[in-house]
Amino acid sequence: MKLKDMPDEELFTRGHTACAGCGGAIAVRNLMKILGKNTVVQNPACCLLVFGGTYPWVAWKVPYQDVAFENTAACATGMKRALKTRGKDDTVVLGIAGDGGTADIGIQAISGAAERNEDILYVMYDNEAYMNTGIQRSGSTPFGAWTTTTPVGKVRSGKANFKKDMPSIMMAHNIPYVATTTVAHIQDFINKFEKAKKIKGFRYIQVFAPCPTGWRHDTAKTIEIAKLAVDTGMFTLYECENGKITINRKPKMTPVADYLKLQGRFRHLTEADIQKIQDWVKKKWEADEKFAQCRSQ
Amino acid sequence: MPMKVVTGNYAAAYGSMRARARFVAAYPITPQTFIVEHISEFVSNGEMDCEYVEVESEHSALSACVAASGTGVRSFTATSSQGLVLMHEILPTATGMRLPIVMAVVNRAIAAPINIWVEHNDIMPERDSGWIQVFCDNNQEVQDMILQSFRIAEDKRVALPMIVNLDAFILSHTVEPVDLMEQEAADKFLPKFTSPSHIIDPDDPKGLGVFTPPEFVQESRWQVDKAMRDATKVIAEVNAAFVKQFGRDHGGMIDPYMVDDADVVLVTMGTVSSTAHEVVDDLRAEGKKVGLVKLRFWRPYPRDELRKIAEKAKAVGVYDRAVSFGVGGPSFIEFRNAAYGLGVPTVNFIAGLGGRDVSSADIRFMYERLLETAKTGKVKRDVVWIATRGVEQ
Repeated sequence: MKLKDMPDEELFTRGHTACAGCGGAIAVRNLMKILGKNTVVQNPACCLLVFGGTYPWVAWKVPYQDVAFENTAACATGMKRALKTRGKDDTVVLGIAGDGGTADIGIQAISGAAERNEDILYVMYDNEAYMNTGIQRSGSTPFGAWTTTTPVGKVRSGKANFKKDMPSIMMAHNIPYVATTTVAHIQDFINKFEKAKKIKGFRYIQVFAPCPTGWRHDTAKTIEIAKLAVDTGMFTLYECENGKITINRKPKMTPVADYLKLQGRFRHLTEADIQKIQDWVKKKWEADEKFAQCRSQ
Repeated sequence: MPMKVVTGNYAAAYGSMRARARFVAAYPITPQTFIVEHISEFVSNGEMDCEYVEVESEHSALSACVAASGTGVRSFTATSSQGLVLMHEILPTATGMRLPIVMAVVNRAIAAPINIWVEHNDIMPERDSGWIQVFCDNNQEVQDMILQSFRIAEDKRVALPMIVNLDAFILSHTVEPVDLMEQEAADKFLPKFTSPSHIIDPDDPKGLGVFTPPEFVQESRWQVDKAMRDATKVIAEVNAAFVKQFGRDHGGMIDPYMVDDADVVLVTMGTVSSTAHEVVDDLRAEGKKVGLVKLRFWRPYPRDELRKIAEKAKAVGVYDRAVSFGVGGPSFIEFRNAAYGLGVPTVNFIAGLGGRDVSSADIRFMYERLLETAKTGKVKRDVVWIATRGVEQ
């Protein structure tokens, strides 16, 4: 499907209460157009839980269930098996959670469901912190970033550790499909969701979704920042189908400073910090490329 | 079907099969493990038509059940002790979504120190979770209550999840003769599953567990409270229907024994009830007017039934296999609330923690203390720790 062929019908409608420029909301709106009406959703505690609907106003036009925080993949498992029992095996079960709900507190449930190769589509919308509770550090927060639990202080500033490589963890489960995409690379986004929709078994898509509120950037720059994340190599676009890896876009290796300077969460970084991130990107890209070459068949 | 000699765990697993649970997600934990194993055997042998998921934790087990039941399929799970503690977060979710999940809980001590034997301190934190809860004292009752539980939980007037409690090892691993029910009989008793609640259906979009502001939540709490109260009536109806069809009466909310003319009454839960039953016979033979109440349902609490009995007694004892530290046994606390204003002297007996045996002699001691209390009208000690080193009884 091309962008111009995207259906007009909204299954995640206007009226939701996301912040202006929310990458998560863009992701959900678009992916629902691709997945279509025959979809049911598991959505745990995260921003989406709140902005997607506060009773009695709900933006979802498909059934959805909110159970807890750490169990999205387990709940999606229950939903899928129940639908199968009821003869509705063609319904897509979407589990969609944030990075905290997936890579931190939810990693046990997602690992279990992936190992069992449950027939579900799991989306982690990655805004790189616990945004719903007010911008706390997660395992997916990048090195150096300010959050309310990695504040800029006199003796330490920003996150001390690098971002957890969640897609690699998912690839290690040998599931049929793992992909990364962003809200800015819409054709790439469409291709991957269309593909994932058709595959049986566990599918994992990580969507890079900037958060103007938490990243302290201009609400008009969500798309630009997501594009820069890929161009600089901060975030690699690739997919892994049955073990075969394809890099979808090579980074231009634009200096990371261009990406960092647009965001208030990196404002305090020193030249040395920026160099450290630049070195990390180089190493990361080289590793991604080598890994993809090894698994290109 | 002829009687078969089976464990409590087998009785629980068999009951879930006969109830035609179509979704089971469970995780092994001593002493519940055999329930999980038996169900997997039933499924692997094609005897049980069920989506069985070997989840990676108890938390995921109940989460998956909440989703499956919420998607309109009869769901069952089983756990014990630390597993139940891990599930704790999800229990009220099942209640709030009004999902008729049935769960067997093999009651076991919670750490620390780590201990795998019987104690009721694992289930007590779930008192306020909104799950209906029954305690069994033999394996026949375990099988029969699994079947009854689905009918109670799925009744539209109830629509609440339900727990069937059985004592670790004393029931879970001990074989007893059980009349294992035929499928036709079970089908006659338990109708085909239709959810009493809203479900996830791609043809009829609804949200379950939607973020809800203060304007609406209180009413939903009231609805659960009312359902729990109304369950008392449904429990009696279901028991009557069961007695009529199967000829076995485990009692409704409570199972009283020799209480009508009793001077003193002991209220028990779980397998200690059987031992107490024997002791009552012995004491009656000695001319002592003692009675016993097996407390079957813990939620809803049989307040009215117990109050009626307490009104006539000169002293009431409450046995607890659990303790609310610094206060006393949870069952005792509930009873005193139920008996408020009656002025009947009440004594709490705490015994059998961490799987320690509760002997006939221990129970005889409890009755003797109660008879003494009835005579003097004075409570010597309101919370009595039985056979505890360094502690005066």
